[in-house]
Amino acid sequence: MQLSYSLGRAGVRHAVISADPGPGGMFRRWPFFQRLLSWTKPFAPEERGSRSYERYDWNSLIGEEDRLRAIQPGLMDGTSYFPARTEMERNLTTFAERADLPVRYGCRWTGTRREGDQFVLETTDGEYRCRVPVFAFGMAEPWKPDIPGMDAVPHYADCRAADTYAGKRIFIIGKEVSAFELANGFLPWAKQIVLASPRPVALSVVTRSLVGVRARYVQPYEDHVLGGGVVLVNASIDEISRTGAGFRVRTTRSDGGGPLIFEVDDVIATTGFTPPLGDLVKLGAQTSGRTKIPALTPLFESIGLPGAYMAGTVTQGAPGLKKHGMPSSSGAVHGHRYNARILARHIAQKHFGIDPPRPTLQSDALLPYLLAEVTRAPELWHQKSYLARTVLADPSRGLIDDGILPLQLFVDLQGPDGVAVTVEANAAGDLYPAVYVRKDNAITEHLLPSNPLLDFETAEHRRQLSDALRPLGL
Amino acid sequence: MAMAPAHLIDTLSGISLFADVRAAELESIAHDVEERRFSDGERIIRQGISGSAFYLILEGEAVIRLDGKEYGTLGRGDFFGEISILLGEPPVADIVARHDLRCAIIAGPALETFMLTHPTVMYRMLKAEARKLQRATSWRT
Repeated sequence: MQLSYSLGRAGVRHAVISADPGPGGMFRRWPFFQRLLSWTKPFAPEERGSRSYERYDWNSLIGEEDRLRAIQPGLMDGTSYFPARTEMERNLTTFAERADLPVRYGCRWTGTRREGDQFVLETTDGEYRCRVPVFAFGMAEPWKPDIPGMDAVPHYADCRAADTYAGKRIFIIGKEVSAFELANGFLPWAKQIVLASPRPVALSVVTRSLVGVRARYVQPYEDHVLGGGVVLVNASIDEISRTGAGFRVRTTRSDGGGPLIFEVDDVIATTGFTPPLGDLVKLGAQTSGRTKIPALTPLFESIGLPGAYMAGTVTQGAPGLKKHGMPSSSGAVHGHRYNARILARHIAQKHFGIDPPRPTLQSDALLPYLLAEVTRAPELWHQKSYLARTVLADPSRGLIDDGILPLQLFVDLQGPDGVAVTVEANAAGDLYPAVYVRKDNAITEHLLPSNPLLDFETAEHRRQLSDALRPLGL
Repeated sequence: MAMAPAHLIDTLSGISLFADVRAAELESIAHDVEERRFSDGERIIRQGISGSAFYLILEGEAVIRLDGKEYGTLGRGDFFGEISILLGEPPVADIVARHDLRCAIIAGPALETFMLTHPTVMYRMLKAEARKLQRATSWRT
């Protein structure tokens, strides 16, 4: 939806098909316990509807017109700053209606082939021919590892209503967010909850990032620490077998402590999702790792299937620099909504010859502009070390604002002298501006200091940025 | 949750760095690493850019490049990025994928815990570092 809107703004004629009956996507069904993990602050330090407010609203899609901005906070009832599933569904439905997106619902993509320089998409409603296909199919296919007995184990996606687990001993395979989401929801119902996987649990408040179990679902962890009935085990799962109405789960402890056997009433696999790639791998699209996320260039083009692009959560396949191990936020709306805008600009430019507006900047305006961007730009705060404000020095036009682009493009590609700024985070939890200066195709990195109030418009920041830009003669 | 696929465990088991590791521990390691492919010419580690990771080559080749000049090739079982992480300094050279490259990756901040959790792996890393040092100082003999 975001890409369709942004393509429309860029003037690119396109069609959108969706197998769903209407807008709302996965939020028509999930999250299982009916409330999102991503927040929206109806009252924030920035004015609702402004660009800088987007930093506090992870769930709205981004539009240029007032009626399309900050839709999510207007639909929330004030009981939580995590929107309810139905509120998120209404958020997306409202955007689709107000933006009048050209989506054909109930139309399923069934196959792909190339004919000359065109792609042909086979669908349940017939064939679409296009110069540029973009796949935004999400991480929609439940995945389970090949472990003996796993066939009989339901996936997270097939979980029953929580009250049907009343008084049961539940064994959850996995210790990541979805495992803790279930465990948290089962706390009032289950007699005992075991979460097991080889790797120790990671908590986001410990990793100081979005890596690990988010604070919202940490209660089962505390229950485990206090001995309240939740058990976390670091063990590989060897075999699951039926024992009458229940299950026996054989495991081997990761610490060398030997086997552990569990007799339980229910087993649930929270072992993740993969993208429904269809025939794209057969056509050459490469994937990475167990999750089979398509491997993408920094501008979201398939590696192995040139000319095909990806949007939405699978843009995680373009990982960027991943500095200090911090992943992008491309797996969530607040990350991939910006990727979509960049992709629309790229498709318009490369395939339809539509150049984006690139305004000039006066040289004395550069410093305050860049410092304001690292202090308030939502793209840089949501996609740290991943997206950057880029300004180029053009010999004829002077300073050109090249917009928000992937930092990796600026760092890895040759081009005119210029500067890219972003916000970064390290393992210690520091948040600070980072400046990348390109001079004669050599890149230098300058990390500016953090600030307790996250104010990067101080005299010290101005001085350090000025020093960094000196090689550019600015 | 990202359960490790059997093929990754098989691949890791064939690499000398993990020769002393038991099966359950190897499965745990397979969960600790991220697997990623790089296309021909893609930069993996960047000279002068901080915050990089530890990389172990599972398949393919990479070249060491400094100021545009190549200084050697790395292949299956070789690893890189650890010196920058251990010293807390940006890498002094680029590492660039040659053809298709598949790596196991450990994020920089996680490397210390990984090494301390798996001392036999750390010992083999140390031996590999010793060999690198020996090669680097071979001009003395």
